Amino acid sequence: MTPNVVMDVLQVTALVLVAAGATLVVRTRDRVRLVLVLSAYGMLLAILFFAFQAPDVALSELTVGAIALPLILLLAIAKVRKPAKMRKQ
Amino acid sequence: MTPRQRRWLFAIAAAGLVACYLWAFSGLPGFGNYPGPYGQAILNHAIAQTNATGVVSAINFEYRGFDTVGEEFILFTAAAGMSVVLRRLRGERQGGTPSAEDAANRQVPATSSAVRVVSLLLVGPTAVIGWWLATHAQANPSGGFQGGVILATAFFLVYLSGEFIVFRRLSPVALLDAAEAVGAGGFAAVGVTALAMSLPYLYNYLPLGTIPGAVSSSGTIALISFLVGIEVAAAFVLIIGELLEQTLLRREESS
Repeated sequence: MTPNVVMDVLQVTALVLVAAGATLVVRTRDRVRLVLVLSAYGMLLAILFFAFQAPDVALSELTVGAIALPLILLLAIAKVRKPAKMRKQ
Repeated sequence: MTPRQRRWLFAIAAAGLVACYLWAFSGLPGFGNYPGPYGQAILNHAIAQTNATGVVSAINFEYRGFDTVGEEFILFTAAAGMSVVLRRLRGERQGGTPSAEDAANRQVPATSSAVRVVSLLLVGPTAVIGWWLATHAQANPSGGFQGGVILATAFFLVYLSGEFIVFRRLSPVALLDAAEAVGAGGFAAVGVTALAMSLPYLYNYLPLGTIPGAVSSSGTIALISFLVGIEVAAAFVLIIGELLEQTLLRREESS
């Protein structure tokens, strides 16, 4: 296999994975699970950018999409959730 | 509007969208073909002009430096706005000192020792990778922004492996505020210094070094990346710390 073919396979795989990941993000209903799926989706996007030879963008996507955004969303969900004492044991 | 009418409206709109989409796609340049003149021009001259092998950083911090100053202050403003909106208001109290009844009824799942150990082990390597990324923008595909966010995660790992108190003690708000201001202000100051030397704003006036891609090369590009790293790390720790504190705060029942 020539390097070009390897690259093509990698790029097509990354595109398919990102499409599948995006669908999964939209289909997820539970909020906490959604954040985790979103984080994994950010990881897939980073791989996509890497496969398309943009390592700088991949790094940014990794830090923002897979770390910073899910973290902020998780904390926001924790904040708006009902306090634990309102739930029965 | 009946559901039937709504479906028709959607069908017409969707058909229009598909048509426009296909039309737009038919006019795109071929896959991997970039017709603009700037890419090749930058590639031909960037390394010779800046001694930075991380050409993306050279573009971000020098050719388009003015643009990046603006982006820098977006994050700065976001962190400042967050601090203002989430400041402690009257009627709120610290969650760390809950009433006896609260404390008895609170069901917080204990952090497993596996999480604590793994987080603790990752603190060091994470901090090193963050610093490395922030200080090697001139050599590799990296930069102050990415490095700063990763550096900030080192602090969150401290929180995960211990207590909020430890996290706060390691990153006091006053220090974060100062670091953020130094990072953001330093970037702008580097540009203003060039003006004082009657050079264009953000002109690369520092010695470029002799070896392209060496850590000491590229003059202001390396310096700005470092400053951005400090600013971004401080801003993110500030934002997340502020949110963490908020989740620990309980709004007092307004009886």
